[in-house]
Amino acid sequence: MNFKPKDIGPQLMTVIAVVLVFGFFTYNAQVNMENRGIDFGYGFLSQESSFDVQFSLIEYDGSHSYFRAYLVGLLNTILVSVIGIFFATILGVMVGIARLSPNYLINRFAAFYVEFFRNIPLLLQIFFWYFAALRALPLPQDAEAIFGISFLTIKGLFVPAFIWQNFNIFFYSIVAATIAIIVIRYQAKKLQETQGKQTPVLLISIGLILILPLISFLIGGVRLSFEVPVLKQLATTSFIYEGGVSLPPELIALALSLSLYTATFIAECVRAGIQGISKGQKEAAASIGLTPNQVLKLVVMPQALRIIIPPTTNQYLNLTKNSSLAAAIAYPDLVLVFAGTALMQTGKAIEIVSITMFTYLSLSIAISLFMNWYNNKIAIQEK
Amino acid sequence: MSKINFLKPNKSNLYSFLYLGTFLFFASILDVLLNSFFSLNLTGFLPGFLSYFLPLILGFIGLYFIRIELSGIKQLDLLNKHINTNNFNAILSLLIIFIILKSIPPILSWFFIDASFAGDTKDVCTGTGACWTYIKVWIRRFMYGMYPNGEQWRINLSFIALTLLGSVGYFVTDKFKKYLTLYYVVIYPFIAFLFIFFFISGGPVFFDFSYGIIAAILSIIIGFFIPSKFKFYYFLIVPFALYVLLKYFIFYEELIELGKLDGLNWVETGAWGGLSLTFIISFFCLIFCFPIGMAFALGRRSGFPLIRYISIGFIEFWRGVPLITVLFMSAVMFPMFLPADFFIDKLVRCIIAISLFEAAYVAEVIRGGLQALPRGQYEAAKSLGMGYWRMHIFVILPQALKLVIPGIANTFLALVKDTPLIFVVGLLEIVGMLNLAKTNPEWLGFAMEGYVFAAIIFWIICYAMSKYSYNLEQKYKTDR
Repeated sequence: MNFKPKDIGPQLMTVIAVVLVFGFFTYNAQVNMENRGIDFGYGFLSQESSFDVQFSLIEYDGSHSYFRAYLVGLLNTILVSVIGIFFATILGVMVGIARLSPNYLINRFAAFYVEFFRNIPLLLQIFFWYFAALRALPLPQDAEAIFGISFLTIKGLFVPAFIWQNFNIFFYSIVAATIAIIVIRYQAKKLQETQGKQTPVLLISIGLILILPLISFLIGGVRLSFEVPVLKQLATTSFIYEGGVSLPPELIALALSLSLYTATFIAECVRAGIQGISKGQKEAAASIGLTPNQVLKLVVMPQALRIIIPPTTNQYLNLTKNSSLAAAIAYPDLVLVFAGTALMQTGKAIEIVSITMFTYLSLSIAISLFMNWYNNKIAIQEK
Repeated sequence: MSKINFLKPNKSNLYSFLYLGTFLFFASILDVLLNSFFSLNLTGFLPGFLSYFLPLILGFIGLYFIRIELSGIKQLDLLNKHINTNNFNAILSLLIIFIILKSIPPILSWFFIDASFAGDTKDVCTGTGACWTYIKVWIRRFMYGMYPNGEQWRINLSFIALTLLGSVGYFVTDKFKKYLTLYYVVIYPFIAFLFIFFFISGGPVFFDFSYGIIAAILSIIIGFFIPSKFKFYYFLIVPFALYVLLKYFIFYEELIELGKLDGLNWVETGAWGGLSLTFIISFFCLIFCFPIGMAFALGRRSGFPLIRYISIGFIEFWRGVPLITVLFMSAVMFPMFLPADFFIDKLVRCIIAISLFEAAYVAEVIRGGLQALPRGQYEAAKSLGMGYWRMHIFVILPQALKLVIPGIANTFLALVKDTPLIFVVGLLEIVGMLNLAKTNPEWLGFAMEGYVFAAIIFWIICYAMSKYSYNLEQKYKTDR
């Protein structure tokens, strides 16, 4: 380490400035809290929350603690993010490929989609779907069944619930199939590298993932039945569906707008990734006798993914952070439940906002660390 | 003329296939066209399923017939190359054509034909189309928020003046070009601040913050005359010192008096709103986030480990949290961190929060540009005897910024699109005003019109910005 005395000055000054600013804030916070008679501490987390949440994945009511409310909010945030990421990826990849299509109409259509949805604020889109579009849906009693089992109404989407018997056996069969597929792929790769023999890995994989669960149904005692939502009258003009799984309109509006919005960015990442592969790569691959499918699978995609994945993960991160806009349409996510209702009740502004921010921060830092690791793993090893 | 094989269109029977295919293709389009514009169903006599798919089948067969490679007819080859390369593409093209044809009439009728424009009460909106009367009645609220009607000329005047002053760059002669940077970085923001301060607010809009602005601008101006050896220390100390000095020598009542022009009433920031607030917030955040972001980008590339770690911490913190929680923090947590006699208007708190948030993104973008510059540039600048600041201002930053124009434009776009989030602290720009108007009992049920209106406005703004940034990128593109 080359230590230079003249380097100390600027660093010391900066640190002192930062410490002074933080010290100023902490001192003021202490004085203010003393004046208002608020004490600082995280003890409230174990107290009874005494408020209800409309939609939660785990069992929750007012008698549970604030920490439980925090978990409810966090799980709801994760739920909407996962749904959004799933659909945004599918749509984004499709649109990204469509933008590279030689077909002029498809190309323009995809470009129009991207330019349109990218340039409108996400909050406006959420409001549009929630307050304008989904409000035009029929009332529960007028709703027509989709495939006879699901109902899309103004009060949300009602779908049948799965009722499993011996679910664990089914689950184990899936796990066994997955492990078997991984082993077979590994062996097939080894075989290809050492002896040049090719194995129909895809066919074997499909067979395994279909047959093993089927066996579990036949001899493992696994049973599956559906609970179909049924219309029920609450009052003379008020109806609701009972049974099955109900997805509230807030969740639908949020997931829809998040996926439509983020898909435009993912589409651009995909397009940039595929365009980033030089033509020579494809020509070289074709000239050594690979089929078009093999060119795509073995040459283009591995290189394109290297360009596509880092910005796409960034978009996933953005989607997760954007899901906090849920607070605007009262979807009970982390911000609404914890930084909204819980904060109003306890008045613990510093604690609650810091926990909320810390949660998002650790989520994004975890993803960025994973990203860096992945980036280093797939980066081209230059000699 | 050889025998026709309908499964294999070939060049020898080119014209037979061409006429037949074109006829089928146009028949299918005509069917859909009549169906969508005149609600005629030509194929109604067929069973339901077939009637539905007949245009698709006809069009597909037509396109199949005219898919003849190297036909020698220029238009046909072009058509085949662009929308008719194979069966799959042909079906997709047909579907897109049909969707467009099908969606034109309802959109047209909703927007124009069945829409109501006249009148100024809800009663005129009886049709099935949009009720643009609603927008017409509420337009002042959507544009100016709760700003008093009689005073709105102040906003208009300020915006017109600032637009004119902002376009100075296009008209100056080469002689003055070198002062443009100074003008846009220091003088123009200051004029804009004065306009907002005296004209739109007419009172103490920024409170303690305005001391900060004055201190910052004064210290930047003096900073030009400080030898570069002391610049770092100067900028670390003097702005704060100036601020404290101003704060304890000019007092609150004097500030109110200072902000007042004769005959102008004070309009407090709670009443500001609508699209004009979107512009004000975007404008100031844009101005503030850029230098802050630049400072942290340089900090992250700095050779001093402590400064580097502090910059990394700052950038990663703001990038890791959603803006809505930052605004929550500025609304409920920030007042706790300030002395009791210290008051910052909530609009200003918003501007600070959004600026810091976007600054982190700007910093990352600029860092990308700095990293992309070859080492030779740094070494060449050093070998000419330039110091750190001189090197960055005259050699490194101009090149790095040129490289990252698209990235910066994207960040600014994100900033404009993020402004509606200020509803969290209770400020209502255009989207917030829409939500307020939507709940007015006199005007229930026109949410759709409002959102479509706002979407069009935002789309135009953002699209124009992205096109402008593309032009800039092309203009400053230099081969390296």
